[in-house]
Amino acid sequence: MTPSSLFRHLGCDADFWSLRFVDERAECYAVRKNVPQPPFYVSDRGAMLTAYAAGGCGYAATSDLSIEGLQAALDRAGVWARATAPKSLIDFRAVPRPAPQGVYASPEIDARGRTRAEWYELLAEESVAAGCDPRIVDWEATVETRTAEHRLLTSSGGDVVQSYRFVMPGIAVTAHADGDTQVRTLNGYRGLAQQGGESMLERFRYVGSGRRVAEEALQLLLAPNCPSGKTDLLLLPDQVILQIHEAIGHPLELDRILGDERNFAGTSFVTLDMLGSYRYGSDLLNVTFDPTCPEELASYAFDDDGTPAEKVYLIRNGILERPLGSALSQTRAGVPGVANARADNWNRPPIDRMANINLEPGDASLTEMIAGIERGVLMSTNSSWSIDDSRNKFQFGCEWGQLIENGRLATVVKNPNYRGISASFWRSLERVGDPSTVQVLGTPYCGKGEPSQVIRVGHAAPACVFTDVDVFGGEA
Amino acid sequence: MSHSAMETYFRDVASLLDRSLVRGEVYTCRLDAEASDFVRLNRGKVRQPGTVTQCYLRLHLIEGSRHGEESLTVSGDLARDREPILVALARLRAALAGLPDDPHLAYSTEVRDTRDVRSGSLPAAEALIDSILDAASGLDLVGVYSGGPVYRGFANSFGQRNWHEVASFNLQWSLYHRADKAVKTAYGGFAWDAEAFAAKMAGARQRLALLAMPARLLEPGRYRAYLTPSAMEEIAGMLCWGGFSGRALHTRQSCLFRLNTGAAELDPSVGFSEKTGDGVAPAFQDEGFTRPDEVPLVTGGRMVGSLVSPRTAREFALPHNGANASEVPESLDMRGGELSDDDALSLLDRGLYIGNLWYLNFSDRPACRITGMTRFASFWVEDGRIAAPVDVMRFDDSVFRLLGRELIGLTREAELLVSSDTYRQRSVASMRLPGAVVREMAFTL
Repeated sequence: MTPSSLFRHLGCDADFWSLRFVDERAECYAVRKNVPQPPFYVSDRGAMLTAYAAGGCGYAATSDLSIEGLQAALDRAGVWARATAPKSLIDFRAVPRPAPQGVYASPEIDARGRTRAEWYELLAEESVAAGCDPRIVDWEATVETRTAEHRLLTSSGGDVVQSYRFVMPGIAVTAHADGDTQVRTLNGYRGLAQQGGESMLERFRYVGSGRRVAEEALQLLLAPNCPSGKTDLLLLPDQVILQIHEAIGHPLELDRILGDERNFAGTSFVTLDMLGSYRYGSDLLNVTFDPTCPEELASYAFDDDGTPAEKVYLIRNGILERPLGSALSQTRAGVPGVANARADNWNRPPIDRMANINLEPGDASLTEMIAGIERGVLMSTNSSWSIDDSRNKFQFGCEWGQLIENGRLATVVKNPNYRGISASFWRSLERVGDPSTVQVLGTPYCGKGEPSQVIRVGHAAPACVFTDVDVFGGEA
Repeated sequence: MSHSAMETYFRDVASLLDRSLVRGEVYTCRLDAEASDFVRLNRGKVRQPGTVTQCYLRLHLIEGSRHGEESLTVSGDLARDREPILVALARLRAALAGLPDDPHLAYSTEVRDTRDVRSGSLPAAEALIDSILDAASGLDLVGVYSGGPVYRGFANSFGQRNWHEVASFNLQWSLYHRADKAVKTAYGGFAWDAEAFAAKMAGARQRLALLAMPARLLEPGRYRAYLTPSAMEEIAGMLCWGGFSGRALHTRQSCLFRLNTGAAELDPSVGFSEKTGDGVAPAFQDEGFTRPDEVPLVTGGRMVGSLVSPRTAREFALPHNGANASEVPESLDMRGGELSDDDALSLLDRGLYIGNLWYLNFSDRPACRITGMTRFASFWVEDGRIAAPVDVMRFDDSVFRLLGRELIGLTREAELLVSSDTYRQRSVASMRLPGAVVREMAFTL
């Protein structure tokens, strides 16, 4: 039976109820040290039933997709709603009951994909190229392809079908000599992740990346540690996305601001009274919630509560405009937000999440940005991330560093790290790269929530220059 | 589904697989299932209550040295699951046809059945939530209750059957004074004890009162510090991130690589072992090998062992010791020292009492240098007594220093810390760790 016919068979005396059905399939292939690893397949299907009753709200999720299984889950959701209504934080009688209608599909949703044999052939070629030197002690070429069918049906007549396709290739190389180990990857662990088909392999020059990444790992082995001191910092897009993610995305999540996450993921230095007036960054800082970028990892037409998604400015010309809050959080806080109620799977409830959080491009080419720095450091590809529970004091590390001297790229340096405070760091944003510097990246591993969830988020970012940043390297 | 019904179901799945193999094929099959109540709490009220009933099978089909795996959701009713299981089997069979031999394939052929059922006594979650919120009346409580049965099963075509079933709960909550000033407490186990919970809540209230004192802002620098077992859990967690992995050590990616070569050493009082016998995790691993009760990892400050999965064992010609593919400890035990809890504070004398650490990561992995934040109830101590809460601070220091020449002592009592991890499923991992007094710890921001 289809989800809609199953839904018609369910009965409930709740004020409102919904069924969210998820069917995800994945294929994972890898070649490590020229040895094809066994294929791994995923078939993950289940449903979440949600009920509003007596002013409370409850959910129940099940991998039993029979009518009996779904009805039992719906009954349990209703029990939770009624049992907790007297102590519910939110009066769900005041919460909107959506009736969304629509469909969404990833680009290239039906395009032919590589066969298993073709993937292994491609990965084997990159693996052979990566293992090019005795100092390369471990290396791996990987890919995960994934499809997902999400269906939301509501008792108010809502029916949304969203079909996704994802491609996530990777290269990781470990070089070792004289007691030191350096790891270099292609844009980080699973840092290359987009919606759509395999055309992304060309956009990111995946073919040939095994050798390229290995050579950079070997260069790092010979490099000195990044020097310490206050200096200009040029971040390439695969590090800017981490900076956006940790120091803009998470602090703007409205459920954090409302306190839901204080026992686990943390709170936020952002408060509701800052909206509309707080200077988050320099005039060059423009940040959007943009679910419309076709190839970006978290594009969609509706969030998991059925709210239509559209592009919205979060920060404009450095001023904070609105938080990342779903319809429910907007009702709680009385402020406008975005369509970001998202669950990572059928067995977790929607909460406020990032989706695609992008830094809008400026007007400087990469060449101009480098030329404008008398003394500084370029850093790329995140390798370490740590930030306090209010999302303020951070320390991030990168795989690759390169000194900039008198407007030119100079010595490669290893173990580049920098630290700062979110509330002041973005105000030191001095130059923003033009569209030619933008990369559309993301991560499938954003963690949050109780029970915990790990979800796909997208970030599109240009290269950026920050001034007077505290940078440093590793141990001697 | 009752406990016995899930176990019966898994045995029926295994029988179906036994009947469905063709000549020369071998299977292993793992079950990961749970029926969990999750209730989020915020501001002393219910934020998000729910129940998750999930059942995953991980099917591994082997023919000669070719093999593949599939993870699939099932309903728990074999009449309904027969078709998807057989479809998955057929898909794997088709995949094997085009694969080369895997030189590192390893699976158990020696049949060793195990059965471990720990059924607790858990009241209905709805009733527990009422009593929890009543106990926190007037307080800003935020947290999550997780409870219910967790199942782990293993079967293979040689007839081995392993079953691990635990009915447990884990309540994690924070009492907030204001902003980021809070006390975090955990209460977990197999049977809800109202008195034990009341005692935990009373202790949390007492510590909450300390947070009302004016906070002290510390300048970056090096401070004497006492790390509670909860803070040590974060540091040990970083060491578990590949540190004890046989594969990571052989490929020089482990943060303990220099400890392994003797280029670095820890204080002679430091000892780590994987103690499955004292933990909550199953005594069998993913390929069906049983685990020894204890695998010594660090003894007398020196590395004496690592966690070696059967696959790593094949690759590097080592004996395996029942580790999972990730080679991450699931029951890490750190040897206790000589200090009583009271001694720890008086020995600290003047410095930082660190209740919790947060969001750790490596700033230089080969040097085992780690950065992270203090969080929740952390205090400035004068004359061996708590003097003031401190604002959050960032540390950046090497474990080779903190548990090496800077280590003054470890507490005698090691605390059992049951994992609260609920990513994808409720974790069955745990650690048993002491607190540590260190001469100096570097704080940078």
